[in-house]
This record gives sequence, structure tokens and C-alpha cells, in this order.
Amino acid sequence: MLEIKNLHASIEGKEILKGISLKINAGEVHAIMGPNGSGKSTLAQVLAGRKEYVVTSGEVLFEGKNLLDLSPEDRAREGIFLAFQYPVEIPGVSNTNLLKTAINEIRKYRGEEQLDAMEFLTILKKKMKLVEMDQSLLSRAVNEGFSGGEKKRNEILQMAVLEPKLSILDETDSGLDIDALRVVANGVTKLRSKDTASIVVTHYQRLLNYIIPDFVHVLYNGRIVKSGTKELAFELEEKGYDWLKDQKELVEG
Amino acid sequence: MSQIPDIKKWYISNFETFENSLNGGSLKPIHQVRKEAIADFSKLNFPTTHDEDWRFTNITPLLKHDFISGERIKLKHKEIKNFLFKKISDNLLVFVNGHYAPEFSKSKNLPEEIKPGSLADEIEKGSEIVDKYLGKYANCKTQIFTALSTAFTQDGAFIYVPDNLIVDVPINILFITATGGKKILSQPRNLFVVGKNSQISIVERYVTLDDGIYFTNVVSEIVAGENSIVNHIKIQEEGLNAFHVSRTEIDQEKNSNFTSYSISLGGEISRNDVNSKFNDEGGECTLNGLYLLTGSQLYDTHSLVDHAKPHCTSHENYKGILDDNSRGVFNGKVIVRKDAQKTNAFQENKNIILSDNALVDTKPQLEIFADDVKCSHGATVGQLDEDSLFYLKSRGIGEDKARSILIHAFASDVIKSIKIEPVKNYLEEILERRFNKEIS
Repeated sequence: MLEIKNLHASIEGKEILKGISLKINAGEVHAIMGPNGSGKSTLAQVLAGRKEYVVTSGEVLFEGKNLLDLSPEDRAREGIFLAFQYPVEIPGVSNTNLLKTAINEIRKYRGEEQLDAMEFLTILKKKMKLVEMDQSLLSRAVNEGFSGGEKKRNEILQMAVLEPKLSILDETDSGLDIDALRVVANGVTKLRSKDTASIVVTHYQRLLNYIIPDFVHVLYNGRIVKSGTKELAFELEEKGYDWLKDQKELVEG
Repeated sequence: MSQIPDIKKWYISNFETFENSLNGGSLKPIHQVRKEAIADFSKLNFPTTHDEDWRFTNITPLLKHDFISGERIKLKHKEIKNFLFKKISDNLLVFVNGHYAPEFSKSKNLPEEIKPGSLADEIEKGSEIVDKYLGKYANCKTQIFTALSTAFTQDGAFIYVPDNLIVDVPINILFITATGGKKILSQPRNLFVVGKNSQISIVERYVTLDDGIYFTNVVSEIVAGENSIVNHIKIQEEGLNAFHVSRTEIDQEKNSNFTSYSISLGGEISRNDVNSKFNDEGGECTLNGLYLLTGSQLYDTHSLVDHAKPHCTSHENYKGILDDNSRGVFNGKVIVRKDAQKTNAFQENKNIILSDNALVDTKPQLEIFADDVKCSHGATVGQLDEDSLFYLKSRGIGEDKARSILIHAFASDVIKSIKIEPVKNYLEEILERRFNKEIS
């Protein structure tokens, strides 16, 4: 589904991603872990098409298409979804309006019929149950005055409504209490299918108790320094990241 | 150097012609007011950018033209029908080139005590209301455009609401300019007097049939009597070659509640002054504004809320969206006088700049002489928030639509608070048309 080949990216002239290669097949969940500043969020933002990050070399193919040629909106329409680490507050735009516009823009791109208000509300209500979200949040402005947990839940609601092929969760777990974490993880797990894939970017192993990854990759200093299965996450939890740094230096040395 | 005195001479010589045209009209008491005003006019000078109140607004282009008073002409219904708001045009006053057009004006379901009509008719009738209020609030000793208006006082909208009368349908006033290739000066002079415990909503709209060069110089005086509720919406959609100078003076009596919306869309150069004065305690004044500017438009808005008495509240919220090479000026002054304790005064001006060349000068001014007051002001000028744009795009929403959504959101608190549905919907449509390129 997604193939990243030797991806280099920088912001304001500073190189953050220094050659990342990764292949993700439909049905798989990949966790990307790593210490602060290792480039995890940058990778998520680059995949979503944030223009502040400049791709200096490498290639990303999404279902055979050159992803880097697509605008952020076309990436979303092709089926990529980024759950933001820090969801933006947009006063004056209601949550419902955002979702309805988004789903219809995506449907238009795909040559599908527009949803009318009733059809949309039916879908929305079903998806809201999935993330146990309070109805009152719908009429409120996007994320305005939401608690941290509500914002993250709202990201998962958007994901559930837009039904992406590839979802990228950027530290969706950070700052969540255990109940909110369970709700978010539960939502993600229910949306899992053999046709979709996820990249779960996280700092902590905790989330991976709920979303069981097929693969775990450790990002350090802009490169993937180790890949493994879910056991690697436990190992990281136990030992921290320092032993990998040492290992990296050995490899380089 | 000689240009400005020449244009003054031009208007003064036009006054003589105007006077002669009045016939018996020059015997009315109002004519004395006109003559004093032309005397004031001849003493005053047109402002330059050296005048503090006109610092950012160079009106030289306006002074280059020899404008003449517009003639009374007959339009066809099909020429005006697109300017009528659906559902609220039952009570309508139409003015063409500054003259009342009774053929289009109508009223329906209004209490019989109120008869919206033309100022000219009231002057002709010898109305006491006109003698009592006209020119009392819009002083022309210091403002040359008001002096010009007062000197040529002839027609405009007149609404008198007696005490204890709730008018629950809005009165819609349409000012149309049809230049027919002439450089027309229209000077509507509006007088709205609302009695004790009464309520009314008035919608003024300024439009044109062609893209000619013309000048609208409008002065409105509004008296909000004790415990009255007055809603005033002014939508300025003049042609892009037009000049529009407007002054609205509001007298607020005890416990009166006045709300205004100044919506500015048209005009090459436009200036909008809204001044409200609390003449007694317990009043509330809300001034809202929205200006959408493109091309090389220049819009200058000045407001003054005079808290002369205690226990009054004012809110001001003006928003600007500027594109291309347009220029906006906001000057909002709030005076809290020494006796005006327990005043609440809040003011905000926010602007979004959509291009590299648009510019806004914003100046909030608070002058507080009382010590037990709550006052705040704020002004911002910025671009559409990049993070919000990216967020919307990452949800599959295209660039144009995302921008349109954010512009809507920015203007929404002003528009959403408009209680007259057809006007609100119309403004939503304008935003949609201007900023959602996929639709147009």
C-alpha cells in the first residue's frame, strides 16, 4: 500500500529525515517509536503533505502513485488520514460542517454521489458511538475549548467518518488518561480491516497494549535503526532507547 | 493648488441654482438651516491627509470631479427588483438618485401610527419632528461633508415611530443611483426618530445600476428614545467607481438599546462614520462592522461612542477582509466622561489580509476620565491561519474551499448575529460568491 524509499526531508534547511525506507501492506499496523526529536512527527507531517517540510530526496509510493506529487487534499482524497498530535482549534467552523464538507469533497473526487444531510447524519451518529463522543461536541466549533482527550477523540471520529485506507496516528496517545486512551484505541481497533493499514507514531509502549502492531520500528536521528515485532516495544519499554543509540554508533562505526 | 478652492466654488455656485429651484420651499424654516450650512461649508476646507481624522484617506480623487445633483428619473420595476430582499420588502422606501420614488415604495401590515416616507414630503408638510430634530445631532460646524449635506437638504428617508409602538417587521430602504453617464451627487438625508418604549429595525442599502462615477454623501440622524430598541443595518454596495461618504449620528436616551451593522462592500473610496452618544443612564450600544475590500478600494471607518452618562454599555466589533491592493482604515474612539461611572466599553477590530499588497491601519482609542469602569480594546491584522488551512486540507477539503471556510468563519460572528434572516442569508451568499471560486 505504502512504500517509502530512502526519504530525506528538512525544515528551514535542517535535515530531519535522513533516509527512511519502509513498506506497509494492507492489513498491517506499524508502530513507529523513538525518543523526542528523532523525526517521528516529521515523518507523519511529510506523508500528509505539510509544505514547510521539504523532501530533498527519496520517493513515496501510495498504491503505486507518487504521493509526493499530490497536494495535501488529494492525499486525503486518495485515502490518507493524519490524526494530528496537536489538533487545531478553528473558531467559527462547526465540527459537523467540517465533517460534512470533507466527506463530500472526498466523494466528489472519487466520483461518488454527494451525501445529503440525512445520510450524513446517519453515518455520523453511528461513528460517534464508536468513539463514545458526546453529541454536544458536534455543534461546537472544531476543537474550540475541547479538552485534550476530546480533541484526540475528535480526530478518531473524523478518521471513522472519512474511512481512510491508511491512517497515521501522530502521538494520539500522549496526554490521554487511561479511559480516553482505551476509547481511542478501541475506535482504532474496530476500524482495522484487511484492506486498511495504520502507522501508529508513539513515544510510549502503553498504546500498543491496545493497538497490537504487526511491526515496530525505532526511529533515531532521522533513520530507522531497528525494526521488529511487538516484542521490540516491550524491550524498549524495559531498556529505554539508549542501548539503540549505542548500537547505532556501532553500526556507523 | 487651486483645485480644492475651485471645487468649493463649484458647490457654492450649485447652491444658488438649488435655491432658485426651490421656489416656495425657500420660505420654510429648514431653509435657514441650509443657508447657515452653506456658510459653514464656505468656511471649512476639504480634509487632507494632514488632518488627523483623514490621515490615511486621501480624497483628492473625489475632489477632481464636478458632481451635480441627480435628477429625478423613472426606473422600471425590473431594474430594481434584484435589489429587493426577499420576504422583507413589504415595507419599502426607494430613492433614485437621492429622490423619493413613491411608485416603488410601499407598506403593508404596519401599525397605522407609523408612515415611513420621504423627508421632502415632511418638509413640505411643515413637520414638527423635522424642525425639532433635523440637523440637531449631525453638527456641520466642523465637518465639511455634513455641511454640504445640510446645505442641500432636500430628500431622504423619514421614519417616525411614536411612543409605545413595537414594529415587528423591518423597514427596508433602497438607495439607487442610475448615472446615465452623468457625474451624479446624491445626498440622502435620513431622519429616524423612535419614541419611548418603541422598537424598530431599519435596513438601508446603497446600490447602483451602472459602473459610472458618482458620489453619495449621506447623513443619517437617529434618535433612540427612552427604553426603545433600534436596530440599524447599512449595506453599502456602491459601484467600484463611486465615492461614498456617510455619517450616522445616534442620540441614545435613557435605557435605550441601539444596534448597528455597517456592511461595506462597494465604492472606490468610502468613508463611514458612526457616532453614538449616551445622553442618559442605562443605555446599550452595539456597533458591528464588516468590510470586504478588493481591487484598489479604500474604506475608512470612524466610530465614536460617547459615554457621557453612567451605567451604559457599548460593544464594538468590526471585521475586515482585504484582498488585492485594497486599503482599510479603522478608527474607533470611546470616550468615558468623568461622570460616566460603571461604564462597560468593549471594542475589537480584526482584519484578515489575503494578498501581499493590501493594507490596514487600525487605531483603537480609549479616553477614560472616570475611575470605576470596565473597558477593553483590541486590534489585529493577520493572514489566514496556515495551520488551520493545512488541517482542513488534510481532511480532503480543497485549497479554495478551505480558504472560503476560514473566511466565513472569520466573518461569521458578525453575520450570524444579524436577526433579519434574508439579510443574513444574503451576506452569507456574498461571502460564498466572493471567496468560493468553485461556485462562481
